[in-house]
Amino acid sequence: MSGLLIIGASQAGVQLAVSLRALGHEGPVTLLGEENHRPYQRPALSKEFLQGIITKESLIFRTQEYWDGHRITVVKNERIVRIEKKDDGSGTAFARSGASFDFGRLALTVGARARRLQLPGADLPGVLYLRNADDALELKARVPAVRDVVVIGGGFIGLEAAASLTKLGKRVTVLEAGPRLVGRAVGPETSEHLRAHHTERGVEIVLDAQASRVVPNGDAVGGVELVDGRVVPADIVLVGIGVVPNTELAESLGLECDNGVVVDRYAVASDGVTVAVGDCANLPNPVPGAPTGDRVRFESVNNAIEQAKVAAYAITGRQEEYAGIPWFWSNQGELKLQIAGLSSGADRTLVRRDDEKGKFSVLYYRGDRILAADCVNHPLDFMAVKAALASEAAIPFEQALDPETPLKKITVAAAAPRETRSET
Amino acid sequence: MPKVTFTDAIGDTRTVEANPGDSVMETAVRNGVPGIVAECGGSLSCATCHVFVDPVDFASLPPMEDMEDEMLYGAAVDRADTSRLSCQIRVTEDTDLHVTTPETQV
Repeated sequence: MSGLLIIGASQAGVQLAVSLRALGHEGPVTLLGEENHRPYQRPALSKEFLQGIITKESLIFRTQEYWDGHRITVVKNERIVRIEKKDDGSGTAFARSGASFDFGRLALTVGARARRLQLPGADLPGVLYLRNADDALELKARVPAVRDVVVIGGGFIGLEAAASLTKLGKRVTVLEAGPRLVGRAVGPETSEHLRAHHTERGVEIVLDAQASRVVPNGDAVGGVELVDGRVVPADIVLVGIGVVPNTELAESLGLECDNGVVVDRYAVASDGVTVAVGDCANLPNPVPGAPTGDRVRFESVNNAIEQAKVAAYAITGRQEEYAGIPWFWSNQGELKLQIAGLSSGADRTLVRRDDEKGKFSVLYYRGDRILAADCVNHPLDFMAVKAALASEAAIPFEQALDPETPLKKITVAAAAPRETRSET
Repeated sequence: MPKVTFTDAIGDTRTVEANPGDSVMETAVRNGVPGIVAECGGSLSCATCHVFVDPVDFASLPPMEDMEDEMLYGAAVDRADTSRLSCQIRVTEDTDLHVTTPETQV
């Protein structure tokens, strides 16, 4: 049987399978994952799951009855190591186990992997990562015996885990190599807000931290040494320094790759037939008004879902545009960060804060045009900016300066309907 | 067995058996009930699991928190008097809940 083979039982892979059936696609669909778990959701691993608020069961995407009822074959614990593909896009994928899977068309939803720490001592037991369920299970199993934690990397995953572990009573130090937290995703005002928040709750944050090695304690990890000679004690070291897209299979097929598998607006790779979706894909910037030729690779649930829908349309023979505005979230203890849009290219910002209510948001503009917002515990601002971006409405800068004014009230609808973007 | 009855915007109805402790959103998504998107997986970040609760049932639910209330103002279809985010409604042993899903969630 050779229908669609989806490699990667990820958020993107699951959505692709689900969307295909929702669109009435009748052909065989196999959703294949390398982990020995039913397809599950990752976001809670660093938050509710780590804190013990929810169980493994609530991470599961769909019941077996759902998969059976929709004739989606779910295969777990099979890692594809080699693919033979013909010019028409069909072929055979070979797993490490010796099993093989024929396909008529291939979808790569293989995601990204945690970037490994390159320091002496980085391979000591107790140096951990947090990307998948097994990582989370190992971390969780170790937590009761742990007092001191060093988190290397002050990005989303590091801060989420730091907040969760602090809640569990651990002494947590975050070592960030850059001058501010989450420097890749938020502006300086938001970085500082996050730093103040976590510091108040007892997380030690060291910026511009240059770690030189992981210090052993017997056979396991004992701490992290900085270049100035200071040693931060650690019973475990959690590394969250970004991810690397999994492009090896695509490269072996001769597909164009450049920071991810290069795909067109319809999620189709350079061979014109294979689709690639989610964290592993490099796509034309889908934001309305984005510069022609600009490309992005997202690491987000929202993109996995939206791009999977586009790919599902492509597989059923329809060319549909990417819908909606990229958005991101990160829950860090009591702090809920929601980001709408992409702030790159902004030339001015404004801050709306209400310290009494704990609300904080930063709006990013290029001239009079709003590009994005970082919102902390401020869903009203987030939802208002997301809606405005989606309809290309304006939020006048001067009026938005007053934090008491609801953004929804000052939003000005676009004069003309949204134009179709030119082909990139 | 607790149950939740979902009615979509055109009136089609489906009743799903639910597990105590799960949210109404999880009950819908895991069983493939259309009309509930739940992009954020239940972390109260996206407002794409908006439902209109049957007015009689609505009164029996625990009140919503401020964050849910604020998120509802941004739902794709305007909120009504009995709007809730279904990720915040927990199923209990004696749940027999009736909800209607909006025309769109995004």
